Amino acid sequence: MTIPFSRLSDDDLATCVHCGLCLDACPTFRVTGLETESPRGRIYLMTQWKRGTLPFDEEQVKHIDLCLGCRTCEGVCPSGVPYGRIIEAGRADVEDQRRPSLKRAASRAALRQLVGHPGRLRAAGVATRAAQKLRLTSVARSGRMLPQLGAPFRAPAGGVAPAAGERKHRVAFLVGCVMPIMYPQSHHAAVRLLQLAGCEVWFPQGERCCGALFAHNGDIEGAERLRDANTRMYQAASFDALIVDSAGCGAHLKDFYPELKGRVKDLTEWLAQVGLPEPKREVRVRVTYQDACHLAHAQKIKKEPRDLIRTLPGVEWVEMRHAEICCGAAGLYSTLEPDMSNRILREKLDDVLATRADVLAVANPGCQMQLEAGLRKRGSTMKVEHVSEVLARGY
Amino acid sequence: MPIHEVVAEELRRAVGRESVIVSPHDLRIFERDGSIEGAMPDAVVLVSTTQEASEVMKIAARHRIPVVPRGAGTGLSGGAVTIRGGIALQVTRMRRILEIDPVAQTALVEPGVVNQELSLVAAQHGLFYAPDPSSQKACTLGGNAAENSGGPHCLYYGVTTNHVLGMEVVLADGTVRWVSGDAPDRVGLDLCGLLVGSEGTLCAITKIKVRLLRVPPSVATLLAAFPSIEAASHAVSAIIGHGIVPAALEMMDNVTVGAVEAHYQAGYPTDAGAVLLVEVDGIAESTRELMAAITDILAHNQGYAMREAQTPAERELLWAGRKGAIGALGRIKPNYYLHDGVVPRSRLPQVLSAVGEIGEHYKLPVANVFHAGDGNLHPNILFDLRDREVLHQVEAAGEEMLRAVVELGGALSGEHGIGLEKAAFMPWIFTDDDLNAMHRVKDVFDEQGILNPGKIFPDPTRARIHLAGRTGLALEARWW
Repeated sequence: MTIPFSRLSDDDLATCVHCGLCLDACPTFRVTGLETESPRGRIYLMTQWKRGTLPFDEEQVKHIDLCLGCRTCEGVCPSGVPYGRIIEAGRADVEDQRRPSLKRAASRAALRQLVGHPGRLRAAGVATRAAQKLRLTSVARSGRMLPQLGAPFRAPAGGVAPAAGERKHRVAFLVGCVMPIMYPQSHHAAVRLLQLAGCEVWFPQGERCCGALFAHNGDIEGAERLRDANTRMYQAASFDALIVDSAGCGAHLKDFYPELKGRVKDLTEWLAQVGLPEPKREVRVRVTYQDACHLAHAQKIKKEPRDLIRTLPGVEWVEMRHAEICCGAAGLYSTLEPDMSNRILREKLDDVLATRADVLAVANPGCQMQLEAGLRKRGSTMKVEHVSEVLARGY
Repeated sequence: MPIHEVVAEELRRAVGRESVIVSPHDLRIFERDGSIEGAMPDAVVLVSTTQEASEVMKIAARHRIPVVPRGAGTGLSGGAVTIRGGIALQVTRMRRILEIDPVAQTALVEPGVVNQELSLVAAQHGLFYAPDPSSQKACTLGGNAAENSGGPHCLYYGVTTNHVLGMEVVLADGTVRWVSGDAPDRVGLDLCGLLVGSEGTLCAITKIKVRLLRVPPSVATLLAAFPSIEAASHAVSAIIGHGIVPAALEMMDNVTVGAVEAHYQAGYPTDAGAVLLVEVDGIAESTRELMAAITDILAHNQGYAMREAQTPAERELLWAGRKGAIGALGRIKPNYYLHDGVVPRSRLPQVLSAVGEIGEHYKLPVANVFHAGDGNLHPNILFDLRDREVLHQVEAAGEEMLRAVVELGGALSGEHGIGLEKAAFMPWIFTDDDLNAMHRVKDVFDEQGILNPGKIFPDPTRARIHLAGRTGLALEARWW
């Protein structure tokens, strides 16, 4: 066993001045009202563990488990506390200390054995699709959460989609692990937009999961293995940017892949930079937007998706209250902490429904799944679409 | 001292099992607020209704247990620190805005409502809540009322007490009472005025009726640089001397500007000795005229690189920099020790140079960010708590700074409250007779002395400031 809490950096922890400005930005503090479920409280706890002034207590790990990792607090922290880095290190350190549990072991095994291997994940997708056709999915809660699966996304033959018209850029596209199975339509729309923007889109062969879900759940070593494999593949090719349309992956690639520094771009960030041609069609819908935590807070991208949607002709834009607050999905969180996830979702849905929008635009598959399931349960007919799909309506 | 299981059980019956925290490891997380000292409560009790707050108070009165109301814990004078243990009465779940009356221009709120949230909701009616502490994104209206909080715009609009029309409070024996209410004037002895700013020593607040104001049709915000903090102070005196009272008039020194700019990139000039942020509001014609006059005055007082916000977004960014300034100091050192003295405006240059000299004498970095318009200083002594040697230097420097404020005719606190931090210095500005009169008021409301004990009133048994011994980060394990 390593030295207890050796991954946590005392200097990172010391950047917190305990001012409390983060409290009301934290979804778990907002619903519980408790210091222990706030970023400041969690940092205080980890600081004491790290310095040995409070003994490690299995009971208190729940405060770390309950963190969504949404990093909304980072955006409001004037002191620049690197909360994302702290909580990832803290989670990995905690894994060494706590008693093993079946649930966590199962989710880690599922991550390593399933998500880490695209082939196996695709097979699981095929199985789920078959089960949905046979109406077998209502037996498990996670089954009910899933969208109706269609044919998964497949890269075009030859691994390249040509630019529409003159080729101005060559970009790589992250197909990823969950998106192609759950939301192939988002990828289709994203690739189409890239082609319209004059990009030749390359789909790297042999791409593995980016490792985001591993790192977020305290498996930094697992994430490092995937990074090394992917980096070798990217190094062998030349491209202007790696385009990512899933916020969680984008944030992880930007933070965790030094070789790609400056070249990882969220789809909306890239499209805002290179520009799209004039839309061809009026899009007569009322649209609102839910920030993806890993886009708004981890990548500080809030303006681009809004501007892109707002400039579509015919769109009636409506800003949602508390759009920057997490919906409670947070990767595996909705499965590992269903109660807290639901409490947060309940408040979110009130704000979503108050917009009376026709379409709720999102930027991450986790948010999409959570919000779709929540809206369905409330009997709403509001559509949840990836930003790419909303934009593609204009062409 | 851990709370007796019998009491814990009574509390659980009153508010529900989930809402009572007695695990010592968890209680440790509640030992501090936004200030530097800490002390663990014996229980944290979350209340959701006035009825629950009243029940908890009755239990506490019966067992003579201290009760310290707690909102978001962003206070800067230790007001929410349970220095004598007891119950931290957590009101953060009471966060409903019960009513907004756009005709009377009032709002009825629960104490856990976040300051900024009220203005956001009131904006739908073209209204806003004026007192705007820098922590307004997180701090609660209950805490604001208890501490009589100020904020940048209080120069023109007045502090919290000028905006509270009435309150529902729970007294020390658990009875629930309304003080004042709907009428704009408070008739008879002003009990509401007494309770606002009583820092939790006289009652717990469970509902607040506040005044809302119409959002001004036009706002102009100007940033100006100065070669030195003295030059900026003279410019402040010149503006007020011309009979102009801006909506806000804020100063930041060079150290603060550097820290703020690193986070917000608000375009503050990092080479300036000091910057002023000036805001005026009203109808468009008058703001234009006032801003022209102010620009002129500043230019005559060594002001340069003046920049007026052109869009609401630019204005917001300028303010974000000011409001996040104290937290941003964490980029320089992980801890700050902050005082909140007020001096007559004309003494600003003197007191600021005294503060600078004290910092130099103790070789401690000091960052100044404050409400220059009303002479309300915020010198922040920056240090690293992990360096144990430096602590008594910090204590001594802080005390000397406050002494300088008082010697120049100032007061101990402008808006953060006396709390724990400044209780020992109360005799500097109040006579024994003054303090006795206050004690008699305290006895009327809280005979047993269970409401936020150890605050405001000097405690002869306690060292003046003692950062090393009581802070939550003390290296010595204390209770196991």
